[in-house]
Amino acid sequence: MAEATTAAKSAAAKSEPLFGKKEKQLITDPLYDNNPITIQVLGICSALAVTSLIYPSLVISVAVVFVCGFSSLITSVLRNRIPKSIRMIVQLVIIATLVTVVELSLKYLSYPVYKDLSVYIGLIITNCIVMGRLEAFAMANKPWRSFLDGIGNGLGYGAILLMVAFFREFFGKGSLFAGSPAEMKIIGPSGDYFINTMAESGIGSMFSWYSNNNLMVLPAAAMFLIGIFIWIQRSRTPKLVDVS
Amino acid sequence: MELFNIFIKAAFIDNMVLAYFLGMCSYLAVSKTVKTAFGLGLAVIFVLGITMPINWLINNFLLDGAINGLDLTFLRLILFIAVIASMVQLVEMVIEKVSPALYNSLGIFLPLITVNCAILGGSLFMVAREYNFSESIAFGLGGGFGWFLAIIAIAAIREKIRYSDVPPALRGLGMAFILTGLMGIAFMSLMGIDPAALTGTK
Repeated sequence: MAEATTAAKSAAAKSEPLFGKKEKQLITDPLYDNNPITIQVLGICSALAVTSLIYPSLVISVAVVFVCGFSSLITSVLRNRIPKSIRMIVQLVIIATLVTVVELSLKYLSYPVYKDLSVYIGLIITNCIVMGRLEAFAMANKPWRSFLDGIGNGLGYGAILLMVAFFREFFGKGSLFAGSPAEMKIIGPSGDYFINTMAESGIGSMFSWYSNNNLMVLPAAAMFLIGIFIWIQRSRTPKLVDVS
Repeated sequence: MELFNIFIKAAFIDNMVLAYFLGMCSYLAVSKTVKTAFGLGLAVIFVLGITMPINWLINNFLLDGAINGLDLTFLRLILFIAVIASMVQLVEMVIEKVSPALYNSLGIFLPLITVNCAILGGSLFMVAREYNFSESIAFGLGGGFGWFLAIIAIAAIREKIRYSDVPPALRGLGMAFILTGLMGIAFMSLMGIDPAALTGTK
């Protein structure tokens, strides 16, 4: 009897590949169909605060992918040992530990970026995506799948963050990746900027009327942009439309 | 008077939601009707008002070199969030015991508050701005009051906008985002007001 169950178990293990279709779906679903920001409405605070430039958004996205993936993994491993009444505190301590790891590594790797992001690194703890995925997925699923789900949701969050940051930085500051080694200055007030350099030589003069849009620098612009993303997504996928 | 200035500044000029965009998740999720928004707003004022002084005590008497001169500030995030989570759980238990009616109207929102960034953000701002003990209480209550005002305002607008002809794909969430953006711009007109100059303490 015992042999039969172990045989059945190993057969079940064989039929569950390490990276099958279901596992792939766990990563791709949150990118569009079940996006944490536009559909689940989780983790918006930091999406608005850090997105005026692409580089800090990229840093935050990487941090969230890391925290989300590993906190799901750890919670899932411990899920049968966590008492129900104090599970929130346990989850938060796991998340807070990982965020502290991120904070200290960032302080060591790039102090200026750490200074710029100030409290927003700490606020990853209260990023509802992390907590939400722990509650909704990791507490009820096996470690490997929870890990993939965490990574997928982190990526879905990062995708929206980078899209918002791209529009805000390009139209607000006329640059891309400002503050990083790969800084690109495209349209701007001085001769350092690409279009202006072209304008002086006569090629780019058709863009010389452009000046930067200061609205995009305000946090409110992030609200408008996410609102517009939701609008576009829901027009393309009518089943998502809010009927209430 | 100094404390009153901090309260006013935290509630209106540095409004948690509309100036810093903190506590957005529950702000958008629970602002469908004014009644529920009111309950959540009160709970946030309460929790911010309690956790802020407790976290101040922890930060100044445990972490900042108070124990044998050890710098334990790297434990700040973990301790702050543990205090917030346990406070919320404690408040939930007390309310359940003392007033079941209030618990029933607030009950579901209380656990939500733990992951409200405004609470942890408030504690982190308190450390960054180096407030003293009484200032931290004023800042907590003011921040909570500002959050309360903001969620009541958006809930009222969302109740009204249900009668307007919004494009279907923009209804609900999309419109809530755009409205919050507009409210944020409106609140910017309060920026640069110096409460100390208004109350004559300067």
